[in-house]
Amino acid sequence: MTANLPPLSPAGIVLGATAVDWRAAVQLAGAALVAVGATLPAYTDAMVRMIEEHGPYVVIAPRLALAHARPGPDVLADGLAIVTLDPAVAFGHPHNDPVSVVLGLAIADPLRHLQAVAALANVFNDSTAIADLAAATSTDEVLTIMGGRA
Amino acid sequence: MRIVTICGTGLGSSGILKVNAERVLRKLEIDAEVVAADLESLPEVAGTAQVILTSSEFVEAIGRTFADVVVIDNYFDTAELTEKLQRALG
Repeated sequence: MTANLPPLSPAGIVLGATAVDWRAAVQLAGAALVAVGATLPAYTDAMVRMIEEHGPYVVIAPRLALAHARPGPDVLADGLAIVTLDPAVAFGHPHNDPVSVVLGLAIADPLRHLQAVAALANVFNDSTAIADLAAATSTDEVLTIMGGRA
Repeated sequence: MRIVTICGTGLGSSGILKVNAERVLRKLEIDAEVVAADLESLPEVAGTAQVILTSSEFVEAIGRTFADVVVIDNYFDTAELTEKLQRALG
């Protein structure tokens, strides 16, 4: 059931990164999306703006932030980025801080967005996935957790 | 019955809430339509909604509504969703 996850490649995975604040953490995820060719840098700014506008709602589970913005010209292709933070970074969320894992999500076609988030739900409804990602020390481990490799 | 999930874009976190709410409702054998939306389109979709699922950041912006506004802390915790949906719908 993980077939609909956006492509995740080693260049989209950054492990044990340090970030001075939530903005820097989201920018790392944005840079990883740029690195895999999924987005233009303007998409990173849009992800940051979503949080500036609406607050830290992107921290949708303990230790996990789902950073994304709307589809648009800044999205070149569907893509996923995973950044793990060490130390964890406060986003200002009342329950789920601090954040150890930032997912960056870019989807070119809004109609595919729901498939992508359904695939993410399949991974993260397993309550161990976030801690496993935060503890991962290799991109292979991350790909395995995300179901990219059996 | 109609349930609306709300986030900033109507795509990401509200999409996850929609997917997981549908899974929970299926298990509870409750027949409901779940719609993911952003704040701007809320007035169009909220009219007949019985429940609005969202995170605490959006409660104020959602403002006055006849729907039951339910705050979900962990979007991936289907036990939390089950308990809060049952309470709102019971």
